[in-house]
Amino acid sequence: MIPFDYAAPATVEEAVALLAEKNGQAKILAGGTDILVQLREGLRRAELVVDVKKIPELTDLNYSPETGLVLGAAVPCYRIYENAAVAAAYPALADATRIVGGWQIQSRASVGGNLCNASPAGDTIPPLIVYDVVCRIAGPKGLREVSAAEFCAAPGRNVLEPGELLISLAFPPVAPHSGSAYQRFIPRNEMDIAVAGAASWVQLDPAGKTIEKARIALAAVSPKPVYAEEASVWLAGKPANEESFAHAGELAKKVAVPIDDMRGTREYRVHLASVLTRRTLADAVKRAT
Amino acid sequence: MPRRTHVAATVNGEEVEFLCEPRQSLLEVLRENLRLTGAKEGCNNGNCGACTVMMNSVPVNSCIVLAVEADGAEIETVEAIARQGHMHPIQQCFLEGAALQCGVCTPGFLVAAKALLEKNPNPGEHEIRFNLAGNLCRCTGYDKIVRAVQDAAEIMQSAQPAAVK
Amino acid sequence: MDKRAEATDTPEYKVIGTRPVRHDGADKVTGRAIYGADVHLTGMAHSRILRSPHPHARIKSIDTSEAEKIPGVLAVLTAADFPELEDKIAHLGEGSVNLAFLAANCVAKDKALYRGHAVAAVAAVSPHAADEAVKRIKVEYEPLPATTWVLDAMKDDAPLLHENLRTDEMGEKGDKPSNVASHLHFETGDVEKGFAEADVVIEREFRTASVHQGYIEPHVATALWNEDGRLKIWTSTQGSFTCRQQTAELLQMPISHVTVVPCEIGGGFGGKIAVYLEPVAALLSRKCGRPVKIIMQRNEVFEGTGPTPGSFVRVKLGAKKDGRLTAGQAWLAYDAGAYPGGMIGPGCMCVFSCYELPHALVDGYDVCLNKPKTQAYRAPGATQAAFACESVVDELADALGIDPFDFRLKNAAKEGTRRVDGPIYPRIGLIETLEAARNSEHWKSPLEGENRGRGMAAGFWFNVGLKSSVSAHVNPDGTVKLLEGSTDIGGTRASVAMQLAETLGIAAEDVHPIVADTDSVGYTDVTGGSRVTFATGMAAYEAGLDIRRQMAERAALLWECDANDVTIEGDDYSANGNSMTFREIAANLHETGGAVVGRATVAPEGSTNGFGCHIVDVEVDPETGKVTILRYTAAQDAGKAIHPSYVEGQMQGGAVQGIGWALNEEYFFDNQGAMRNASFLDYRMPTCLDVPMIDTIIVEVPNPAHPYGVRGVGETPIVPPPAALANAIYNATGVRMRELPMSPPRLWKAMAEKAGSRE
Repeated sequence: MIPFDYAAPATVEEAVALLAEKNGQAKILAGGTDILVQLREGLRRAELVVDVKKIPELTDLNYSPETGLVLGAAVPCYRIYENAAVAAAYPALADATRIVGGWQIQSRASVGGNLCNASPAGDTIPPLIVYDVVCRIAGPKGLREVSAAEFCAAPGRNVLEPGELLISLAFPPVAPHSGSAYQRFIPRNEMDIAVAGAASWVQLDPAGKTIEKARIALAAVSPKPVYAEEASVWLAGKPANEESFAHAGELAKKVAVPIDDMRGTREYRVHLASVLTRRTLADAVKRAT
Repeated sequence: MPRRTHVAATVNGEEVEFLCEPRQSLLEVLRENLRLTGAKEGCNNGNCGACTVMMNSVPVNSCIVLAVEADGAEIETVEAIARQGHMHPIQQCFLEGAALQCGVCTPGFLVAAKALLEKNPNPGEHEIRFNLAGNLCRCTGYDKIVRAVQDAAEIMQSAQPAAVK
Repeated sequence: MDKRAEATDTPEYKVIGTRPVRHDGADKVTGRAIYGADVHLTGMAHSRILRSPHPHARIKSIDTSEAEKIPGVLAVLTAADFPELEDKIAHLGEGSVNLAFLAANCVAKDKALYRGHAVAAVAAVSPHAADEAVKRIKVEYEPLPATTWVLDAMKDDAPLLHENLRTDEMGEKGDKPSNVASHLHFETGDVEKGFAEADVVIEREFRTASVHQGYIEPHVATALWNEDGRLKIWTSTQGSFTCRQQTAELLQMPISHVTVVPCEIGGGFGGKIAVYLEPVAALLSRKCGRPVKIIMQRNEVFEGTGPTPGSFVRVKLGAKKDGRLTAGQAWLAYDAGAYPGGMIGPGCMCVFSCYELPHALVDGYDVCLNKPKTQAYRAPGATQAAFACESVVDELADALGIDPFDFRLKNAAKEGTRRVDGPIYPRIGLIETLEAARNSEHWKSPLEGENRGRGMAAGFWFNVGLKSSVSAHVNPDGTVKLLEGSTDIGGTRASVAMQLAETLGIAAEDVHPIVADTDSVGYTDVTGGSRVTFATGMAAYEAGLDIRRQMAERAALLWECDANDVTIEGDDYSANGNSMTFREIAANLHETGGAVVGRATVAPEGSTNGFGCHIVDVEVDPETGKVTILRYTAAQDAGKAIHPSYVEGQMQGGAVQGIGWALNEEYFFDNQGAMRNASFLDYRMPTCLDVPMIDTIIVEVPNPAHPYGVRGVGETPIVPPPAALANAIYNATGVRMRELPMSPPRLWKAMAEKAGSRE
């Protein structure tokens, strides 16, 4: 590993100043499960590594049914799924945080870090997209907000400008009669990168028969995790049954433009996008009722 | 020589101080500086669990933790599982159940399994397998490891609470 | 759920068949055991290796000047630092090796033959400094066309790896250069006649990808070239004497100047026999005057060591309506990786080893291509062959409407059966193993549910003898110190010590086994070939007899009688009304002449012939092609299980490695010949969430060639799983998978094609 300096600022302002000063040559360290591997393998370079885990805003997890969840960007996965209230309110997020790496990875890896790493296959990103999460960013010019669906730019690239830092993720409060789920396909049963992944969120009518609103997002089938708009819009007003889920799956796979690689062929991934959409919709509906 | 940083941490109950480069991993410092070679390097990128240690009461892959991050932290390694000359039930069950062959993954499994039993004293087979999936073993096929964890859970539950601690 | 088929004529043993805690156990659960990477020497330097980014390239020049300027760098090494070696064959016990090739595999000379081939090395004061320095070495490469698939490498226009390599056709050299290093041919009877007699003939083709042994501990070596010209090496090896011999030969020094200290070893499976790092660390140590340690990174392990051959196998079998096999023919091409000498020999010998075939013909090809030099991996060469043969056997039984067990039992090899390569089997236990599997709860219980299927397959591995030496010292307190040369990868200290304890009539815990360095024990071959419990165990037994004889002499001295009059029952020695235990005689050693040292060297010939049979239930997700293993049972003839827990452990571990090979593991190459999945994340070995409990049935048909009836057990269990799984998948889906791995995308595609052809 190329040598670098290390700093662990205690405030957002300090962190932003350090990042701005290095103008892109500083890298942010939260859980370290991606960045340290990338630095070691020479895939990324840093003169300075800025550990953000001493900054209270980044390690806070704040949930209330009225205002929703504000998730500090460096909160490790295990604190999410071990929090019964949060796991019940945002089940797709809980699903994803339970399967990022193994237990040791979940002790460190954060949802904010997973988002910033901007892998097309990032498991926690589709849930953020379906919950319509707002990403709160601090930078030299002050604070700004970006929706989770817009946060990733390309494989391994996000919208953060030099000097900017993701502070927290704001989840809206849970809508009545809503449910959500995330599933991915991997050849093993754990410790794997998604060949394809899908998150679904639905809101049903009070009788639980009809889908009022839906949001579907896919992972590992395009250069960045993607909102499946056509499928999501089509579902509104449709009966909550297998037939609807299957048709939504067929529509969702239209946004899948995957690559062939060691994890799967293009054809296989497109097929999986539809299967996983259908399966997560069924789960989400079950959880909504 | 790259600049070195002073770090103070609690390792296996003892306060220790060391100098390290920021790029050095916790695993490297445990093994090279502190000569605690129980945690093993199997992959050096967080995929095999052989380097598992407890950091502030949660299991981590020490190969992807920077040593400088350990400043002020409490670290526990496999060397601290046996106390005052007595093996922990999980160690005893690994031995009696032949749950190790080459033994190089064993320290990581022991740390993770002990953490699991502290979180859930009575895990089912699936829960054991799910929580230990971050630890690779190439020798045993896992059968005897899972059984050893089940046996340890039974012993720890039937033992006096004071004796378990 | 572990069951043992009871044999009626088994002698009563006191120690054998019990399950004591292994002698090295405490050190291994407390983190105290010293593995190769745990060695620390004063002044130790650290080394990193530069590896070729090209799968095939001429090395035009190497400029190390920039690397030498990095602060902390102590020495830089290239192939020019190795002594000139002629083509010379060195015999390493299990297999032999051409020294020039071995040296070039350690550090490439004028050509890099695979991506990951070592090109240069740096020693520095820290691994980080060494790492920075290797990146500054400038190598000018001329990239050459490359190939990574065995059938491509056999073509006339394939890129040639070795300009001087000519095919060895049974001793005759071919007339032009080729990647085909050798062609093997075995024949018995007249296959044309045999196929003509058959009512059904089935011929199929099978392909397998390269897989890696996947030991969790990376290769590591530390060397100290002392000022007196002696070399000491601390390493993780399956064979300390083999390591000593290879290193001495490569460095052109007398073997007596080299001491190899075997550290605890974190898995090997055949992949830690050839040297990679030891000669490099030694030369760097000589250059910089310090001990030098090299640890491979995981991607170096994948790209620079192992793997097992990728293969193409065609099998043709004929049978009569009643299920009697009439003839078999096989054509096997195994890749050897970059240098000749792959696993084709055992592949050819094993392909039909479970069956009595009146007529058989086998052709095999050893083929060089641009992958790391292949190494042994648990029953090397047998798994690929069994995948093919056991799949065709299953299909044949199915076509004839015969139960798969009945079909196999009807044709099973037994005492007197001639294997296609010549040997006639002595007493073997295939029939007993098949019967035990068929009588298992697993096979007898129904499998219900959609998309589920059950499969079975048999498997064979030779299990070798080779040479082992031990010595044992009796302590005055009645315990015995046992020195052995077999490195202990999976509990063999226990299984060897238990045989000595049984012979002496003392407790397993009263024998203290030590794996000694090459200066402290007699020559012992590698821990491989499933041989340690068999051969080193036999040496321990013989040393035990030696000790008994001497202890009887001591008793005779005490009782002033003739040693021949002393009778021994277990640990009880008696003569003329006098009686003493082993411990009591030991307490008198100093009064009767001093230490008692027993010793033995054995070199048993032939193989111990291990047969196994596995049964597996699967469920296939019809939408994704993912296979879930619901239940698994492994049955195997162990001859006599010395420590049943470790026999079961071998069966379970081998089965799970076979499952990984069958379902997901593979070297995934891009079209530039680069491995794209050189990490434990993307090279998907099974995690504990991927497998169920592995039930075991130990069958005991004693091996007549061992005092306690031991057969080797370590390797056979990896042989049946791919075929058993393929047969189960067929029963679940109606699809015959003939390519490994049977990964989800591949199975999904095969199912989709079958559905398409039905419509």
